[in-house]
Amino acid sequence: MKAEDKIKNALIKAIRKLPDDVEHLIIEAADSEESEAGRIVLNAIKENISEAARTGLPLCQDTGMFWCLASVGRSSDVPLQRIEDAVIRGCGKAAEEGYYRRSVVEDPVYSRKNTRTNLPPVISYELVDGDAVVLHFLLKGFGSENCSSLRMINPTAGEEGVMDAVEDIVRKAGGKPCPPMFLGIGIGGTMDRAAFLSKKAFFADGDFAFKDKLLKRLNSIDIGPGGLGGSHTVLDASCVTEPTHIAGLPVAVTINCWADRKCSVVLEKGEI
Amino acid sequence: MRKSLILPYSPGDLDAIEAGDEVIISGVIYVGRDQVHKRLADAISSGQELPFGFAGNAIYYMGPSPAPEGYALGAAGPTTSARMDPFSPLLAGHGLAVMIGKGPRSEAVRKAVEDNHGLYLQAYGGCGALYSSRIDSAEVIAYPELGPEALLRITVHDFPVFCMIDSRGRLFRSSV
Repeated sequence: MKAEDKIKNALIKAIRKLPDDVEHLIIEAADSEESEAGRIVLNAIKENISEAARTGLPLCQDTGMFWCLASVGRSSDVPLQRIEDAVIRGCGKAAEEGYYRRSVVEDPVYSRKNTRTNLPPVISYELVDGDAVVLHFLLKGFGSENCSSLRMINPTAGEEGVMDAVEDIVRKAGGKPCPPMFLGIGIGGTMDRAAFLSKKAFFADGDFAFKDKLLKRLNSIDIGPGGLGGSHTVLDASCVTEPTHIAGLPVAVTINCWADRKCSVVLEKGEI
Repeated sequence: MRKSLILPYSPGDLDAIEAGDEVIISGVIYVGRDQVHKRLADAISSGQELPFGFAGNAIYYMGPSPAPEGYALGAAGPTTSARMDPFSPLLAGHGLAVMIGKGPRSEAVRKAVEDNHGLYLQAYGGCGALYSSRIDSAEVIAYPELGPEALLRITVHDFPVFCMIDSRGRLFRSSV
């Protein structure tokens, strides 16, 4: 199969079906939510997940802006141009054949003219070990993206300061990003690098030092499902850190709604 | 409590619905978001005729994804209500006082709902496939050039929402 078709198929599936771990966390939340209003919202979400699976309709009408991180193996000999082409064509075909809403405008300030293709995607590139090309995609809805934010905190603020910054961002988001949320946290680097890491974090695996403490804290602030109050405000968080300057501690948070839609496409040597 | 609401509504129909109630809607709803609000507000300011009668009607903040064959609309969940806050008091004052969206509203909107005996109802965010399955028909009635943001009239059944501001201006929790 051509690389662009592999990308297209993964993207069409991703707007209709959540990753298994995400679905599992939602079901668990619906079973244990303490507030009645929160349970009503979570049950509607569960019903929506079944309805999307049954009909093939997108989970949400905001099918998002394509965000792609191309992780290119240092031993790969694929020209970047070919990767860019495959990503753009794959995204274009997914929008067309998968009934994506066309949500992208050309000029952000003045004309705001719709590109009518849901293109261009936002693409970043990085080098990793190996000879494969791995493409990580987020389908970034903007109800939640409008609540994503960044704080440049004091370098001596430590773990407590980082958690305060994340909590401040989540509190300001409140019910707006369709909670329960999923958080990507990027710490370190420069301002822009921390923001990038907060997106890359959605593809990082496993735990980080203060995860349990952070989730406990965030789930006690009673935003709850749909912002109607309850014991589930943030279902999961992931974090990536990088070196930074002696004078700074950048902390960025990308907020995803409960429909934490993403996919990764692995292209082995010879597949692209 | 679970209550039902048939749209369009008559005076008095909204009295029994209280902040914190689940509300199940059947009937006709108008659909418009950012650009439609701007245009309706401009039409009122310049004294032009409105594309539909406001009295007794509700507006849903939504921009659907494209409809596959056999569907009235694609995914059709709510968008963030706060962006309509600058326009809603004016529209409510002219009779469009029942609003369906998601997320918190301004104090000015709460007061407009109270003054005009309307409702602010929250649809469940992100549940686009679920809402699509409750929409029986949809037609563009104005501003087709806005594409997914055009003004629509839809007919719905068993359309689930949650009352955040009732006709007496009372809030469910901290919805402002």
